[in-house]
Amino acid sequence: MSDEAREAVGDYQFGFHDPENATIRFDKGLSEQVVRDISALKDEPEWMTDIRVKAYHHFVERKMPDWGNCGELNNIDFDNVTYFLRSSDATEKDWDDVPDDIKRTFDRLGIPEAEQKWLGGVTAQYESEAVYHSIREDLEAQGVLFLDMDSGLKEHPEIVKEYFGTVIPYSDNKFSALNTAVWSGGSFIYVPKGVHVEMPVQAYFRINAQNMGQFERTLIIADEGSSIHYVEGCTAPTYSTDSLHSAVVELIAMKGAKIRYSTIQNWSANVYNLVTKRGVAHENATVEWVDGNIGSKLTMKYPAVLLKGEGAHAEVISVAYAGAGQHQDAGAKVHHLAPNTTSNILSKSISKNGGRSSYRGMLQVTPKSHGCRSKIVCDALMLDSDSRSDTYPTMEVGNSTADLEHEASVSKVSGDQLFYLMSRGFSEEEAMGLIVNGFFEPFTRELPMEYAVELNKLLELEMEGSIG
Amino acid sequence: MAEEILRVENLHVSVEDTPILNGMDLTINRGEIHVIMGRNGAGKSTLASVIMGHPAYEITEGSIHYMGTNIDEMSVFERARAGMFLSFQYPAVIPGVQVGTFLKKSVQSVRDEPLKGREFRKELNGAMATLEMQKSVLSRYVNDGFSGGEKKRLEILQMLLLKPTLALLDETDSGLDIDALRIVAKGINSVAPEAGCLIITHYQRLLDHVQPHFVHVMIDGTIVESGGPELALKLEEQGYEWLETAAEA
Repeated sequence: MSDEAREAVGDYQFGFHDPENATIRFDKGLSEQVVRDISALKDEPEWMTDIRVKAYHHFVERKMPDWGNCGELNNIDFDNVTYFLRSSDATEKDWDDVPDDIKRTFDRLGIPEAEQKWLGGVTAQYESEAVYHSIREDLEAQGVLFLDMDSGLKEHPEIVKEYFGTVIPYSDNKFSALNTAVWSGGSFIYVPKGVHVEMPVQAYFRINAQNMGQFERTLIIADEGSSIHYVEGCTAPTYSTDSLHSAVVELIAMKGAKIRYSTIQNWSANVYNLVTKRGVAHENATVEWVDGNIGSKLTMKYPAVLLKGEGAHAEVISVAYAGAGQHQDAGAKVHHLAPNTTSNILSKSISKNGGRSSYRGMLQVTPKSHGCRSKIVCDALMLDSDSRSDTYPTMEVGNSTADLEHEASVSKVSGDQLFYLMSRGFSEEEAMGLIVNGFFEPFTRELPMEYAVELNKLLELEMEGSIG
Repeated sequence: MAEEILRVENLHVSVEDTPILNGMDLTINRGEIHVIMGRNGAGKSTLASVIMGHPAYEITEGSIHYMGTNIDEMSVFERARAGMFLSFQYPAVIPGVQVGTFLKKSVQSVRDEPLKGREFRKELNGAMATLEMQKSVLSRYVNDGFSGGEKKRLEILQMLLLKPTLALLDETDSGLDIDALRIVAKGINSVAPEAGCLIITHYQRLLDHVQPHFVHVMIDGTIVESGGPELALKLEEQGYEWLETAAEA
């Protein structure tokens, strides 16, 4: 334990921290030893250590991806990243260190300070632990497993071993290899056959139980005929001192099951957010990604669905907001690997103050997959002429019976709209906020209410001070 | 004594160096309904837009006073908050924004005080009943997929809720069937006694339902003739030619 860390723990103002729980921070940079140390520290089974080590070597050898805004990736300094922080390390960060603009946003969103700290993942808060536990009990009664990934591995190694890396193997890409090597935190969910989890399950009840790292790993398995809606993150900004966030999320929807995964990322503007998300939908199963990207410097995220069983369905609804200095490179990948599978993709993006947003999509229909239907709609809204929006759709269609639609539009806020709204008493910024919220509405209405309200407020805040 | 709401003096207005208004004069007092008629291109809509503060129009000469103050420097939303209202000929579509949300936010920003949910709903229900509007309109997106008549009715609904001191109505009667016309007129008549009203129209028929105090005829960006309701009837019968001939002579 470093002196610095000891000092921080000692000074911790709320004083409910267990002093025996030492903070551990690894030196910056990555090596096989660091990977082994992480695994040893977590007391993992050998097979997991082996996967980590293999993944590490693959990461070292693997080239950068060529899908996405790849030139920018070369700016990442992998040696300057801390790959592991123990959960209690959260106390090492002081609320005072959180940048003022982020604190202001918390205030304006109406989130009280105690909760702010908790949402920001900056420190632990005991009250929320209680909430978390009560939710867990409710789910447990139905036989649902909902744990952080580390606990999932400890308590249900047989399930984790069966599914871990089956949807996204470490060899998928450089960042999935990195994640597999150093993963920590994330969610583990198993929903038994026929169980419908009615309330959305929210990750942020869990965040403080185990400090969500930069490399979280999530695995959700919905057994036959079951359903679950998982909500991750929140609209409040996630402040990170580290510049790289690389998560892996694997979803498995068995026959007739349904998984919806909703998330809004609002990383601070210094973060490279490179996330691999992929779900498998078996026969008549549904996988839905509801994915919002507001923060980060560069996001590259293309939630994917493998439609493996006949009659499976994929839904990907995403929004991206790119302000000054941001590139949101997001989209969707859907692979129709079985007959009569269907998919809907809706992507909405907004660029402002020189920001860039791109839709990058992949739609594949394999030769044996007859009777597939897919509809892709991409709408971009530009708030000024300095900003940029691109669409990069890729289609590989091997079966002539496929029924495919693709619509794309780029629009600007019109002077008529602004004049109309201003004549109704809205300032120019308020008018912009209203137009932006309206543009994102097809996405927002898919969110649980409290997120929708927060997202709208956040977007209105983003519009402030934007009019020259 | 009559209370002056609007005073337009020797107003010259250009768009991209093309003059559109060429020395307009018009004074509207509280409780007065003024009607402006004229052919397309005479500058009627420009007058309404420029009074509301549309940034595309440049005032090259003259002035607009509202409640005794020169409003040249006031932005559009400040004018709205000061009690000015424009019913648009072509209201803009705002996709994804529900009418109910929009109305509440608009009323809130114009009145500049927090709205009590229940009171506002009561007020809204009353106004919608007056205009014979369906509740379902509240969950639709602002003007999105609305028919011409639905758009105009929504404009009038906003006018009733915002209770303007100056109401500018730009061809609100165009494209309305008889029933809609009657309903729109009802809305105007309920606001008019406490406000100054400027109605821009092509047709006399609205005036069967709304009694104007003054009728003005605009040609080439200026008022060439003013009179009472009888002037509108004369225009309906004889058209504008007799005025144009007079103007040329």
